[in-house]
Amino acid sequence: MSKGSDRIVLPPVNAQKTNMACHFCIVGCGYHVYKWPENEEGGRAPHQNALGLDFRKQLPPFAVTLTPAMTNVITDRDGKRYHIMVVPDKECVVNQGLSSTRGGKMASYMYQPEGLTKERLAYPKLYTGDQWLDTTWEKALAIYAGVHKAILDREGPDWIGFNCFDHGGAGGGFENTWGTGKLMFSAFQTPFVRIHNRPAYNSECHATRDMGIGELNNSYEDTEIADCIVSVGANQYETQTNYFLAHLLPNMQGATKEKKKQFFARNEPMPDARVVFIDPRRTPTITILETAVGKDRILHLELEPGTDIALFNGVFTYVVEQGWIDRDFIAKHTTGFDEAVRANRMSLEETSRITGVPVDKLKQFAEWAYKPKAPGFMKRTCHTYEKGIIWGNDNYLIQSALLDLVLATHNVGRRGTGCVRMGGHQEGYTRPPYPGKKMIYVDKEIIEGRGRTLTFWGCNSFQTTLNAEAYRNAVLRRSEIVKEALRKARGADTDGQVNAIVEAVMNKGGLFVTLIDLYPTMIMDAAHLALPAAHPGEMNLTSMNGERRLRLSEKFMDPPGVAKPDCLIAADIANTMKALYEKEGNKAMAARFSGFDWKTEEDAFNDGFRRAGQPGAGPIDSQGGPTGHLATYERLRKAGNNGVQLPIKEYKDGKLIGTPMLYTDNKFDTKDGKARFLPAPWPGLPQPVALQKQKYRFYINNGRLNEVWQTGYHNKYDPHVKDRYPMAIIELNPQDAKELGVVPGDIVEIYNDYGATYAMAYPDPAIKRNHAFMQFGWFNGIVGDVVTNWTDRNYVPYYKGTWANIRKVGGSDQFARTVSFKSRRYQT
Amino acid sequence: MTDISRRTFLKLGGAAAAGTVATVAVPGAAGAAENAEVGRVTLPYPHKVLAKGAELKVNVPVSFHYPDAASPCTLVKLGRPVPGGVGPDRDIVAYSSLCTHMGCPVTYDTATRTFRCPCHYSTFDAEMGGQMVCGQATEDLPRIVLKHDAKTDTVTAIAVEGLIYGRQANVL
Repeated sequence: MSKGSDRIVLPPVNAQKTNMACHFCIVGCGYHVYKWPENEEGGRAPHQNALGLDFRKQLPPFAVTLTPAMTNVITDRDGKRYHIMVVPDKECVVNQGLSSTRGGKMASYMYQPEGLTKERLAYPKLYTGDQWLDTTWEKALAIYAGVHKAILDREGPDWIGFNCFDHGGAGGGFENTWGTGKLMFSAFQTPFVRIHNRPAYNSECHATRDMGIGELNNSYEDTEIADCIVSVGANQYETQTNYFLAHLLPNMQGATKEKKKQFFARNEPMPDARVVFIDPRRTPTITILETAVGKDRILHLELEPGTDIALFNGVFTYVVEQGWIDRDFIAKHTTGFDEAVRANRMSLEETSRITGVPVDKLKQFAEWAYKPKAPGFMKRTCHTYEKGIIWGNDNYLIQSALLDLVLATHNVGRRGTGCVRMGGHQEGYTRPPYPGKKMIYVDKEIIEGRGRTLTFWGCNSFQTTLNAEAYRNAVLRRSEIVKEALRKARGADTDGQVNAIVEAVMNKGGLFVTLIDLYPTMIMDAAHLALPAAHPGEMNLTSMNGERRLRLSEKFMDPPGVAKPDCLIAADIANTMKALYEKEGNKAMAARFSGFDWKTEEDAFNDGFRRAGQPGAGPIDSQGGPTGHLATYERLRKAGNNGVQLPIKEYKDGKLIGTPMLYTDNKFDTKDGKARFLPAPWPGLPQPVALQKQKYRFYINNGRLNEVWQTGYHNKYDPHVKDRYPMAIIELNPQDAKELGVVPGDIVEIYNDYGATYAMAYPDPAIKRNHAFMQFGWFNGIVGDVVTNWTDRNYVPYYKGTWANIRKVGGSDQFARTVSFKSRRYQT
Repeated sequence: MTDISRRTFLKLGGAAAAGTVATVAVPGAAGAAENAEVGRVTLPYPHKVLAKGAELKVNVPVSFHYPDAASPCTLVKLGRPVPGGVGPDRDIVAYSSLCTHMGCPVTYDTATRTFRCPCHYSTFDAEMGGQMVCGQATEDLPRIVLKHDAKTDTVTAIAVEGLIYGRQANVL
């Protein structure tokens, strides 16, 4: 039990107030940051505090979301201390004053040298022989550039490795994806790059893009006006919280009828909204929605793991047979329909046999989502999907099968429809094109001994990759070769150390590992160099959320120590490389590393996001498109937490005008402008996965928990989270737990042919027999250790395709005494 | 949970509390000289007698207000020792009834012995110090610090750990 504070300091009326889009999930809730000197405070009367609230009496419910976790005291580089308060913005259309348990702690997660963030990397560090030593940027950059230049000169860029973020929010943003992208792809020109949680440089949405439909094609508002919401492998309450609370739930509660009138045609029927969940697991989202609105308008299709393609093909076939499709739209604006119908054909009986979902439920899904409301009135059905598909069997084919159904029923480009990923992080992609001729399964190459250097940049794949045990073992083993070489380089200066490292990686199988991050993550076990980065609030940073809403999160404090924004670290590396080449008179190579004369993150934003599509800029892949240049920091500051939805149409009367929904003109992102159906025949389970299923008893489903963001890089230091989840949890059916001799809080081993990991047993009757659900990405208990190395055609992992055995290995008095093991599913 | 049943719960709770509790000033607070206030590092919480231990029935919640009439709370005897529990069985606990997230009244669920918020679905474990089981709050449920006097079998509220929703400080 942490002893909570019983009072907070209020901001005075003259406190500085800036905008902040939440760093964490893709929803990107709007917040305001108040900052004021430590020795000042506001009063309780409404005219005495910046919130304008009367704290002389008890505030009524919903008056404010303000907790001790939303406050902190920070220190700027000049030594001055300030109070900060980060509270949700009621005027923001995204969250409407709501905060999630993740975003509500942004203030707590700002750097404080004696607080819960005290472990932040504040100074560059170099592993020298047997310990980490603080060092200067100058020395760190000299080592980094020295090693990379030597390799580049000897054999070119092919084995200069990066393991890099590609998203928005913390550890991302348009500034930082551009800075890192320009360094990797224009300067180094290396193809040996992998992204985020996947082993290659790829997208999680290749199929939908190949079909001409970007994966973020509607607004959250469309969920409010949909007749039916189809949720595939998504758990919105826990992972897109305020999308669920502020947009989906009000529609289900009937609170959005007035809004529907604005968008619906005259005489268009307005049935009560319904939701279809497609998920092998009874998620907290499902139990909450059942509790909130009753079960009558909720359908849960509990399909057998990995059978989504069959399910969509069966329903697609049925819907086509019933004629619940838009033939006019198909004829005018799509190609490949007939071929998809042939390739995907599956009877409902066969579909039921494969998926385990009864035929009558399949029909009910089809009727709810696609049967016209009345003659001439197609349903408005909004499709939302996330990791159940993205990490499913197999990514490319499931998306194809789903989008075939969506296209046939014309559920894109009409308000209240859409087919969108729910998303993990916010987005924020602006980079030069990937320089490789084809994608590379980088993890596999590393395991097999290839690659000379590997820079982990805001990316912790020890906790978040597939086949993780083999990967981690290889990186650690190869890193140790370099560590040994550094130990033996006694008395060496910088050049001597560089030579020792280069010799170890070129001739002895070593791997030179650099970590660029906020914290000394698990990657520190392998790293030789660690460079301190910054996150939103310590820098100005732009991102877009799941409805393409671009916002500027404003800097309000300095990063810890000498930490810097990632884009400026990239610039430092490039400029150091450039100077080395200039010194030896190599103008061609110096030119490759030029163009990084950035003083601030805004310079990086202007160089990337705002130059995309402009004359002379060269090819830039940017989510801002060719009109990104209209967004300046100044204009975005004015646009506040509502920002502008990309692509920007124009800047008019002092306002940025955006695009709420894509494809309303039926012009899709293909060469001929027509959306493409793609054949998606049911492939069965991939062979390595089928083998694990055959050999091992438990289906190990895995995913995120509400209270934890990503790898828990902040949360693992936060008592409110780490006391709750001192170890990754694994939810089990209570009967299975009994058979295994496991009680709540016991530590269990999860093992199969690929590895073994550990978790804290958390029985819950909502979990099916022989199924389990394990927390993904937490720092102790790594489910990736038991995930096979199989990927789809684009190297997208199948994290959800995991079978393993479970056995009890011990108990913990601490867990039993301090952790609640009650069901995480709200229900009555 | 409907609005009606929530109101009923509060109304009934209020009535029960009115019959069982009395408030006394904490020594040194109400009647003290001003400079004693300046020296304080804790808030001047009142002491409030809530119930006789023997009168409490296992798993039957009792509503009361603390530290003042604007702050609804719930007292419950759990029948087994729990963290923070007082009384001979270390099983009597009390919590603020306002969800720390946005101040909606939480209700006690006897089947699971949890407090539940009907607005944004946070759940807090009465048997684990108010720990959030799952939900959108950033704080556990504030605990009312209790004292049990073995001689008189009285349960007294003496402080609050954690900030009550909608306040700058727990004592207005």
